[in-house]
Amino acid sequence: MQEQLDKLEKQALAELDLVSDPAELQNWKVKHLGRSAEVGKVLEGLRALPAEDRPAIGRRANEVKSRLEQAHARKNDTLRSQELEGSLTEEKLDVTLPGLSPARGRIHPSTQTMRQIIHIWAEMGFQVYRSREVETDEYNFGLLNFPPHHPARDMQDSFYTTDPEVLLRTHTSPGQIRVMRARAPEPIRVVLPGMCYRHEQITARSEIQFNQIEGLAVGYNITMADLKGTLIAFARRFFGQDVRTRFRGSYFPFTEPSAELDIECFVCGGEGCPVCKRTGWLEILGSGMVHPTVLENGGYDPSVYSGFAFGMGPERITMLKHGIEDIRYFWANDLRFLEQF
Amino acid sequence: MKVPLSWLREFVDIEGSIGELARKLTLAGLEVVEIRYVGLPMSDGDHAQTKVTGLSWDPEKIVVGEILEVMPHPNADRLVLTRLNDGIQEHTVLTGAPNLLGLKDAGPLETPIKVAYAKEGSRIYDGKQPGWELVTLKPVKIRGVESSSMACSEKELGISDDHTGIIVLDDDAQPGTPLADYMGDVVLDIDILPNIARNANILGVAREVAAQLRIPFKKPSYDVRWDGPSIGGRVSLDIREPELNPRFVLGLIEDVKIGPSPFWVQRRLRLAGMRPINNVVDATNYVMLEVGQPLHAFDYDVLVERAGGGSPTIITRLPEPGERLTTLDGVERKLDDFTILVTDTAGALSIGGVMGGGESEVSEGTTRVLLEGAGWDFINIRKTVGAQKLSSEAAYRFERGVHPAMAERGVRRGLEMMRKLTGGTVSKELIDEYPRPPVAPTVEITHSDIQRWLGIELDLGQAAALLERLEFSTELDGKSLRVSPPDHRLDIGAGVVGKADLMEELARVYGYDKIPETQIADRIPPQYASPRLESESRVRDLLATMGLQEVVTYRLTSPALEARALVAQSTEDRKYVRLANPIGEDRIVLRQDLLAGVLEVAARNVRVRERVAIFEIGPVFLPVEGEQLPEESDRLAIAMLGPLRPPSWQGRESGEIDFYDITGVIDGLLSGLHVGNVQYEPATHATFHPGRCANIMVDGKALGTLGNVHPMVAERFESLDRAIVAAEIHLDVLFEQIPERYPVRPVPAFPPVLEDLAFVVDQGTPAERLRTLIRQTGSPLVVGVNVFDLYQGKQVGEGKKSLAFSVVYQAEDRTLTDEEVAAMRNKIVTRLDVELGAKLRDF
Repeated sequence: MQEQLDKLEKQALAELDLVSDPAELQNWKVKHLGRSAEVGKVLEGLRALPAEDRPAIGRRANEVKSRLEQAHARKNDTLRSQELEGSLTEEKLDVTLPGLSPARGRIHPSTQTMRQIIHIWAEMGFQVYRSREVETDEYNFGLLNFPPHHPARDMQDSFYTTDPEVLLRTHTSPGQIRVMRARAPEPIRVVLPGMCYRHEQITARSEIQFNQIEGLAVGYNITMADLKGTLIAFARRFFGQDVRTRFRGSYFPFTEPSAELDIECFVCGGEGCPVCKRTGWLEILGSGMVHPTVLENGGYDPSVYSGFAFGMGPERITMLKHGIEDIRYFWANDLRFLEQF
Repeated sequence: MKVPLSWLREFVDIEGSIGELARKLTLAGLEVVEIRYVGLPMSDGDHAQTKVTGLSWDPEKIVVGEILEVMPHPNADRLVLTRLNDGIQEHTVLTGAPNLLGLKDAGPLETPIKVAYAKEGSRIYDGKQPGWELVTLKPVKIRGVESSSMACSEKELGISDDHTGIIVLDDDAQPGTPLADYMGDVVLDIDILPNIARNANILGVAREVAAQLRIPFKKPSYDVRWDGPSIGGRVSLDIREPELNPRFVLGLIEDVKIGPSPFWVQRRLRLAGMRPINNVVDATNYVMLEVGQPLHAFDYDVLVERAGGGSPTIITRLPEPGERLTTLDGVERKLDDFTILVTDTAGALSIGGVMGGGESEVSEGTTRVLLEGAGWDFINIRKTVGAQKLSSEAAYRFERGVHPAMAERGVRRGLEMMRKLTGGTVSKELIDEYPRPPVAPTVEITHSDIQRWLGIELDLGQAAALLERLEFSTELDGKSLRVSPPDHRLDIGAGVVGKADLMEELARVYGYDKIPETQIADRIPPQYASPRLESESRVRDLLATMGLQEVVTYRLTSPALEARALVAQSTEDRKYVRLANPIGEDRIVLRQDLLAGVLEVAARNVRVRERVAIFEIGPVFLPVEGEQLPEESDRLAIAMLGPLRPPSWQGRESGEIDFYDITGVIDGLLSGLHVGNVQYEPATHATFHPGRCANIMVDGKALGTLGNVHPMVAERFESLDRAIVAAEIHLDVLFEQIPERYPVRPVPAFPPVLEDLAFVVDQGTPAERLRTLIRQTGSPLVVGVNVFDLYQGKQVGEGKKSLAFSVVYQAEDRTLTDEEVAAMRNKIVTRLDVELGAKLRDF
């Protein structure tokens, strides 16, 4: 009996070695592990054996059955992995063919830059205040200390409407008066973003409409040193921690003293190149201490309050950052331009 | 303003780097936009500060030379040979300079002509080429005569663009001296802003330089050598409008010989950007550039003649009605009633402070010059310049404010200069009427003012010292400093404005680079939310997420451009905000809708690509009856056309964007904003296809309109031949619908029952009615209803359509039984049949 079992095991395993596909394996399983398999018959026939032989033969029969089952499982795994390997090879793709992107939309570059700027100022405590685009001459000029016939008016050519007192704002600064009048006597820290207009020919360098974002801080102890520190902090956040800056005297009618913040040209590193017009510096921010007349016009007593204001142009900054040489791209809305942002 | 260093050095001893000087001036608000070298050696540090241009003259190769004799060229009439001494040896130098041609047979010259001589190997500019091309002098043969060096023109040395002849130096030039030592220079080009217009002159810049470098400022002399008889009785003065003409000063110089100015005067004028004319005119210009006081020279004899041979009377007054004057530029001018004139008894002579008339102008034969220096009201000059569209160097200065104290100084310096240049004799004394001297304010500042404004530590004594560098007078009075401006300045105000003015002066002289960097010490002010801005931001992000590109178009447009987006309706009934001074006919009004703009952008882009999906957010401008300013109402516009997805190599056709893609985008937008219950009501709108247009309704309010753009509208936008869908939404109305909070329901614990129901209805029945009825009837068990198929065809009969819905039944507290679902289904089917005549269709 023992020999029969040994032979059976040997033969079954030998047959299993020859099995090469799942169908043969199934046949093998039916033959050697199925209902009518030899091993089963041995076990069924146990009763007929002498009692003292039964345990040894039974154990051996069960052992053979279990070995055959394990061998089957191993063979099965081998066959499946061979099969999978085959099909995986067949499924090989050209991974270099272009991917299929879902249609992606983007935000206009001016809006993107504006958001970035607003975000940095928000962290520094400046919240957005929005103000109208069509303004009175009084808000755009008069209340900002541009008297009639003042030479500073030459610096800003305006689009006037058919009502001679009404114009398209030439800067976001009339918003200074509006926010001051809305908030006085509370201290203020706001940024005023928005579209402005100048009466110019449309060229690579000048546009009739452009965004500005202006900041205003009004409080009890705000100094020019605070202005300098705040602007440089912004420049570091926006242009990089190591940016070199230059804080220099300038002129705006609604601030005094006035200042301009330049950063070292990041294209040439200050050596002089066409982007910085060979000066080594890029003008980024116009600023100054709010002129006492403007504070007064906003409803703040200049002997108690002081403040600073600053302004910058998102399109200009975007152009500098990305080496864009023609401002007309911004409103031409060619998707081949817009989709690069 | 172009400032030659040599001229500055007459008033301040500048040493050290030009770059550092430029840096200091720039920080102080006198931005040096260019350093132009005219001969002097360049220093390396300059480039780090500003733009550097120009030419350094090689001291070995470019020297003073003297021409001893001019000889004819053997083979050319228009060329000459010169015998030239360069201090070491004599050379034969070829030249074609017209200013030497006349001397070619004169033999050895009695007085040698001093010239700028460039030897072989010199780097100079090419005088014959336009622009500034550098060349190196090499031996050349011209008509058989070899030449390797030359006597230079101004252009060749970079002094000016004048190449009409060689430079003739003054007689004091020593042959062999490096030319750079004799007349090398550097020109600083300074951007003069309105607040420092007082510095639009050499003296002003020199004063600033002295203050910045902390070195002494050498005040100019206003002494005159009076050699002639008294001016008394030879001219009289009558100021009729003292407010407009606060001061008028006259001086007289006789025995004047008109001729060219010496080279050093011409050179300085040219470096400063002015063209030399003759010694009298040059003297007035020189003084104007130097001290900032414009002067006007009259031919005294013409005035005498106009006065009938007697003593002329100069009258400053407003014009008579209809009075006209022909100015020096040859234009006959109609004068406004505010134009202040300088006249005599015979009529107008000049527009005060702006431009003279032709008749009394100095000419070749002039021997007696009456010199005017006056003070004018700057606002009136400004008005005049604007009204006459006429500017001049004089007007540039007067319209920015010239202190009347400068009038006398200018005349004195002008007379002395003319005396030196023309050999004339100055009549004793001046005629000087000064009816309105400006009152100088006294401004008090305290230590705390300085701290509070500037945030720097500076005591009043230090502040006084800084201000005195700019010639302010100061008086320390206990805890405050009383400050008065010097009498060349009109820009310092009174009271708190004056304080601000002084703070600016203090900051400038103290040095912007020394101001510390601090952060605001005050507490953060009260905070206000910006819900509008946040909502707008969400709209942008949602639309971008759905594959739309943001665009920004011009807010300026024209009614005709806007009408293009309207099929039959014109824009005539629209009341626009109109421009008084547009730049072109396409930009004459402020827009009232965004659709024309986005359609235009779509049309332009679709020429070069298949798919366009864009949106714009921005205001439209609506005039309001009885209001000065228009309403600025924010809108959103969308336009889409082309395939849903960009075409690919897989040829997986995605289908074309159609009506249901625009409603889909709006659905996505509104659900992203948590605005529920949106419905699309068939509508008509002048931009859209009448059968494919809907109002976007939320809670009975119309947020906007969408649809297929009317084919006739699309046709007008070239290249929009395909179906294009668009929408316009009023953001104000939309934002009102955004809930502050929205509930989030728990995820159901029990399985839903999903079922498909198809109904056959009349073709005109909107799908939305079925969907709403299913939802309403099935409430609360029906939690979702979606259309998944639309079929029209023979199988459902003429005039009918089949709409298939997938319906989701769901209870929160139990698993629904088949019976419950069947009962609900029957209820729905019955209701749809009763209300819409819809028949359940078997699959």
